[in-house]
Amino acid sequence: MNILVCVKQVPGSNNVEVDPVTGVLKRSGIPSKINPYDLYGIEAALSLAERFGGTVDTITMGPPQAKAVIQETVCMGVRGGTVLTDRKFAGADVLATAYTLSQGIQKCGAYDLIICGKQTTDGDTAQVGAEVAEYLNIPNVSNVLSIDDYRDGKFLLTVSLDDRIITMSIAPPCLISVDADINTPRLPSYKIRKSLQDSSVGFLTFADFDDQDLDHYGLSGSATQVERIFPPEKVSAKKTIEGDSDVQAQALYTLLRDKKML
Amino acid sequence: MYNNVTAADIAALQVIVGEADVLHGQAINPDYAHDELGGISRMPEVLVRVHSTQEVSAVMKLAYERNIPVTVRGSGTGLVGAAVAIHGGILLETTKMNRILALDENNLTVTVQPGVLLMELAAFAEEHDFLYPPDPGEKSATIGGNISTNAGGMRAVKYGVTRDYVRSLTVVLPNGEIQTFGAAVAKNSSGYSLKDLIIGSEGTLCVICEAVLKLVPLPKISVSLLVPFPDMKSAIEAVPEIIRSKVTPTAIEYMSRDTILFSENYLGKKFPDTKNDAYILLTFDGNTDAQVDQDMSTVAELCLKIGALDAYIVDTDERKKSVWSARGAFLEAIKASTTEMDECDVVVPGNQVDTFIKYTHELADEFHVRIPSFGHAGDGNLHVYICRDTLSDPDWEQVKSDCFDRMYQKAVELGGLVSGEHGIGYAKKAYLRRQYGETPIALMQGIKRVFDEKNILNPGKVCF
Repeated sequence: MNILVCVKQVPGSNNVEVDPVTGVLKRSGIPSKINPYDLYGIEAALSLAERFGGTVDTITMGPPQAKAVIQETVCMGVRGGTVLTDRKFAGADVLATAYTLSQGIQKCGAYDLIICGKQTTDGDTAQVGAEVAEYLNIPNVSNVLSIDDYRDGKFLLTVSLDDRIITMSIAPPCLISVDADINTPRLPSYKIRKSLQDSSVGFLTFADFDDQDLDHYGLSGSATQVERIFPPEKVSAKKTIEGDSDVQAQALYTLLRDKKML
Repeated sequence: MYNNVTAADIAALQVIVGEADVLHGQAINPDYAHDELGGISRMPEVLVRVHSTQEVSAVMKLAYERNIPVTVRGSGTGLVGAAVAIHGGILLETTKMNRILALDENNLTVTVQPGVLLMELAAFAEEHDFLYPPDPGEKSATIGGNISTNAGGMRAVKYGVTRDYVRSLTVVLPNGEIQTFGAAVAKNSSGYSLKDLIIGSEGTLCVICEAVLKLVPLPKISVSLLVPFPDMKSAIEAVPEIIRSKVTPTAIEYMSRDTILFSENYLGKKFPDTKNDAYILLTFDGNTDAQVDQDMSTVAELCLKIGALDAYIVDTDERKKSVWSARGAFLEAIKASTTEMDECDVVVPGNQVDTFIKYTHELADEFHVRIPSFGHAGDGNLHVYICRDTLSDPDWEQVKSDCFDRMYQKAVELGGLVSGEHGIGYAKKAYLRRQYGETPIALMQGIKRVFDEKNILNPGKVCF
């Protein structure tokens, strides 16, 4: 079983400033990390490969320094990975990103299963996974809570539909997007980091792709434009509930229910 | 010997703090009868929630005149019964004195009331790019409680304990007089350090009403390493080697697979790795990636050389949370794994940690009882828990007494002390007395008498 996990390098902190003029995140000088949502995908992939045999690779799109996140996935136990990097890819929206990834994936080999995280912490669209599947013309399932089995040539999945949880099966090749907190991702190994080989990371550029139409990539391949990005308003209101335990419990319950948290 | 609280006393207390914050009889939640461990229990006659130093002073004047015992309580997270009103009387709760009063960025100090929670102070400091280094596992403890026990926590290896961060204390003496001991200065050679007498006195000398605490600049980088070992013996034996390497981690914690599994059950959350029997968890901090990475690599290499199976890197907020939230829940997790438990918080010289832990394993075998432990391997402060499980009342009392006797005896043999950070309170008085002997206890009693000649403040604790 060959599994590929899509990952992204994101800012290492939630306190990233937004350029008020361009509306772009000010990434320079900010430490970066692997998108936390992708770690659940990596863990799911590695567990699956341990259980049923197979390999796990990763792929990312970004600047050359995105090599670091592929190396990090190798430290977690992944075989190796590929960085799709080219200035021509810059400024890509969801559509262009998904298209670029789909072009890159086709050059990386044949995969039975592609796993994406639910979303990224810097983009938050939660759409790239499904769109990659569309471009690759393979079935996809989002909101996957667990990959329970691989039987009779099909993956058995538990999937959240918000108001209910269903089990379903899907035949490879396919793509799934896993929810957050479905597992505890393993930690990167110092031992592997010590013996990292450069050969574990490959690079692909525009020139390597089948589709050489520049209008499908980067800013010119994007169907949407970002008008404005702004940090969410921070609310830190405190409410103290007085009274004995019963009164406090009832008041807390009512409060949470009114806010639709229960 | 003491007077009971009368209706007139309650009326007077209501005038001081307001009617809503004086509770008596059935109105007092039963939780106020005990602390976190719950072994020692007694309901106060009246619970008084104070809001200011002046109110504390007025309450103490009343108690002094009326000869009513007063026990001070913060969040009630203590483990040795120090905040239990064993003589009844007034339980003075400080949780409403919970304001952070001032941040002095020129002198690197913060002024707080005693009811501020450790987690609130930690977050406040971090928001302002500072670090309040003391880091006990119980983040919902109050700062007043931390000062009263001289709490240490996980960063003590590099940064020291609460005492090292208290610049001055404003207190109310048992007769109601308000005094400030110490000052917001870096050096002090001005007579006996009364401030230092108060720190760790567990509410027996005066009531802490305000504290000026030292902060340090927040280190920009912090990375942890989770190092798996094939067994506890090799994990513990690695600690002196790490200390000898002259790299100073901020924390060196040890944990067994069993304890981690309790924590998984308790939190309903998997730990990143449970394949191995024993782990050491270390943290390194500094201001550059290169420096922190070098420290981390030095220790990782050393651990691998002496038998570690790997060294896992805990470098992002999410990874730190997955590891440290489990570590923070160990006490509660062990508590949830058994019917009842009692704890031993000895501190031994750093190079005796492995000897002491091995001894607790021998005791567990000898007495057929579970004795899980975890703790601060780097500073020799261990948290050892005897679990009751299915033992009958008499068997439990016997096993507990026998095991504690032997453990405290062993700690003394190894050059250690009864308590590293949880204090003596009521539960550990006999062990303190046994270790120190007559003269030191008499000196402590003398100090207590000077502060509190009527013995109304937290009577029956520590040395009396």
